Amino acid sequence: MSATAATRPAAEHHPTSTSSRGTRVLGTLIAVGIPLLLLFAFALSPEDDSMQDAVRLLYIHVPVAIMAYVGFGLTALASAAYLWKRTRWWDTVAHASAEIGVIFCGLTLVTGSIWGRPTWNTWWEWGDVRLVTTLVLFLVFVGYLAFRRVPSDPEVRARRAAVLGIVGAINIPIVNRSVEWWENSTLHQQSSLTDGNLEDLTLFTWFLGTVVMGAVFLWLLIHRFRLAWLEDEIDRHGLASAIDERRAEARAGVEQAVGGQVQGAVEPRGGTQ
Amino acid sequence: MSHLGYLLAGWSIGLGTLALYGWSVLRRARNAARQVPPGRRRWMTADD
Repeated sequence: MSATAATRPAAEHHPTSTSSRGTRVLGTLIAVGIPLLLLFAFALSPEDDSMQDAVRLLYIHVPVAIMAYVGFGLTALASAAYLWKRTRWWDTVAHASAEIGVIFCGLTLVTGSIWGRPTWNTWWEWGDVRLVTTLVLFLVFVGYLAFRRVPSDPEVRARRAAVLGIVGAINIPIVNRSVEWWENSTLHQQSSLTDGNLEDLTLFTWFLGTVVMGAVFLWLLIHRFRLAWLEDEIDRHGLASAIDERRAEARAGVEQAVGGQVQGAVEPRGGTQ
Repeated sequence: MSHLGYLLAGWSIGLGTLALYGWSVLRRARNAARQVPPGRRRWMTADD
């Protein structure tokens, strides 16, 4: 780094963005990882005996489902940490993670539905316990995000949101274990990872998909966290500025009133002279 | 390749949604960052 660059203020490096060296490195890895994932998913991995090429949809469906779990799980952990530490940092992590979890959970439902049509001959099955519990998980966290938008005292809202975040995440193990607990009420198969019947390239593509989606999740989480922090700063700064302005107006009003009284008290006397 | 339409729909919706959401976060962040003094941007360090 040159001497000029070293002495340059931080704001000049990134005047108007939430990027940093870490996010740029992560972004580069994602830019390389996605084409690689597409190459493995569409060209190098074999088709499945029963699902044929529809299996290629699972290389995105399963990783986004895992990231939805991670997102909501992190929301619950950050919420618990907030209730313990009562710091704005943990509340912001919970908020950012929940929003990204909702995006990934929505994609889980959509890509699962698209995969279900050629595989099960249906877009949606209300009798399938995993589909319904995943939908409930999605709606609970949509509600969580809606709750966070309700105007109220920031600390009260953060505390209540933390409780909701923890309660909502109870559904994660239910979704995950539902195919075993209610095996007669689901079209989903049990875990394919543990039965040892998957080919190496299939397993590797699944693993690669999970790593790439993990990097996407982390990149989004960092940027969303920083955005939430900025929005909070604007709210706090805006509130402080508004209070200062009102105080200044009140002071000016008092001074004007006092000045008017003094002038009024002087003028009649002047008028009698 | 069988089920090509489903494959293209699933992958393009998946990657497209993530790209769109990422772009939206970056755009909102740029707008917000302009309104906050550099010293109050939590993640900034002296050399970055």
